[in-house]
Amino acid sequence: HRMKSRIPLILVACGSFNPITNMHMRLFELARDHLHQTGQYQVIEGIMSPVNDDYGKKGLVSARHRIAMAKLALKTSDWIRVDPWESEQKTWTETVKVLRHHYSESLGLLQSKRELMQNKQPIERSTEDSLSYQHSVLPELKLLCGADFLQTFKTPNLWKEEHIKEIVEKFGLVCVSRAGSDPAQYINESDLLTKFQHNIFLVKEWIRNEISATQIRYALCKGLSVKYLIPDSVISYIAHHNIYTEESEQKNEGDLLQPLKLHNTTVNPLND
Amino acid sequence: MEDPDRKTEVVLLACGSFNPITNMHLRLFELAKDYLHETGKYKVIKGIISPVGDAYQKKGLISANHRVTMAKLATKNSDWVEVDDWESSQSEWLETLKVLRYHHQKLLSPDPTNSLQNAIPLTKPGRKRKQEPNRHDPVKKKNQGPDIKSVPQVKLLCGSDILESFGIPNLWKLEDITEIVENHGVVCISRAGNSVQKFIYESDILWRHKNNIHLVEEWITNDISSTKIRRALRRGQSIRYLVPDVVRAYIEKNNLYGPESEDRNAGVVLAPLQKYASDSKN
Repeated sequence: HRMKSRIPLILVACGSFNPITNMHMRLFELARDHLHQTGQYQVIEGIMSPVNDDYGKKGLVSARHRIAMAKLALKTSDWIRVDPWESEQKTWTETVKVLRHHYSESLGLLQSKRELMQNKQPIERSTEDSLSYQHSVLPELKLLCGADFLQTFKTPNLWKEEHIKEIVEKFGLVCVSRAGSDPAQYINESDLLTKFQHNIFLVKEWIRNEISATQIRYALCKGLSVKYLIPDSVISYIAHHNIYTEESEQKNEGDLLQPLKLHNTTVNPLND
Repeated sequence: MEDPDRKTEVVLLACGSFNPITNMHLRLFELAKDYLHETGKYKVIKGIISPVGDAYQKKGLISANHRVTMAKLATKNSDWVEVDDWESSQSEWLETLKVLRYHHQKLLSPDPTNSLQNAIPLTKPGRKRKQEPNRHDPVKKKNQGPDIKSVPQVKLLCGSDILESFGIPNLWKLEDITEIVENHGVVCISRAGNSVQKFIYESDILWRHKNNIHLVEEWITNDISSTKIRRALRRGQSIRYLVPDVVRAYIEKNNLYGPESEDRNAGVVLAPLQKYASDSKN
């Protein structure tokens, strides 16, 4: 049974999801297909983690709405879910902390399931139980992102070097890029990323479908159609709550992003 | 005297294989409608998806029944785009122009189900209406809203690949292209930096009727072609969020696309090429 030896894997995507689009959900599907094809992993869960309102990005609408829209969009998915933990924290939370949180959650869940299984008689255990909760296989958790995300590692003061290291070393990245772009180049330009390149999975998206949330908001403000770019349920929600307006787009205008405010070091982490 | 503020009613007709229908196909309609409305001159009243008949004999083309069903599922929650199976139910392949003419006729002929015509008395049986679609000769209609110009137009909705296929030898008849751009019009969706404008410039016919060729720029790079969808399916890859979920479920349930289906019509000459090649021989 090849399934037994596969490492269970959880994908976490962090972002504004302002709003969620078909492309966001595609990233998960692409990543899962790719990881399954390596033969090494069994993707057991996808987690979408919308950023905290405190992030301070221009045009960022309330997390309450962003979570609600993601929930609607993911209703038809049997493996991807939205998690409000990050958005519920009092302040903006570094990505590495979000990964740590979800990882410990998954370990905790695993532990309680194992205890449950141990209390069952062997005859009560389903094959699924046995496959999923092998004693020897700990799950892995990786950050799912687009290629532009890799580039942000270079932005001064946006990331702490030790965080980047922990993300690529302890967790790992699954980075989806479109045909024609070359994320391998960014990896090559960084000693740190090069060192952990075995833990950076590059997934190529051949069916280009670059739906930018910014463009979606722009279209909505102008009364243009976004049907077939984001789920119908999300379109209805946006209309019903009148979420995206010229006013909402001005929110946080002129403000610095929270991570930039916090990191007062001027050292560029990736100037190796 | 005609009111210059009157808007021309437009029906958008998309012909193609829709093998299968994708979110990209559906987007074309939305983009075209927004564009035409923004000009202030047009009011889009309907969108029609007309899947090609099996007689087209394109490689990998599965049965029209499935393609029509999937398109219908995909447009179930659209309040203005619908599927028409007239073209696909013909036993022979039909030129696009004929489909345009057919739908234009349908608009002109009184039909109780045609919402445009509700206020118009039915013609007496046996009486034939003038056949030629003539934009400059508006047909008088009673009880129409003050902002509607009398003759609705059926425009061909397509991507730049179709427009540029006008240049492929034996795929289109020159007189068909002329009538399409002259009497009906084209709404062509393409992405920024495309070569369509150049193509139009280099064609005398297209250039002459360029006012009737509406170029709409698509601001997202949307490359969801049916070919790629079929490829992904053969490889067991996910097509979620690229096609409507109901279409994905239908494909899965009926196991529609695989290596065998892709081999259909392999080596067979495409119907229009066959037709025009033999025409030129005669």
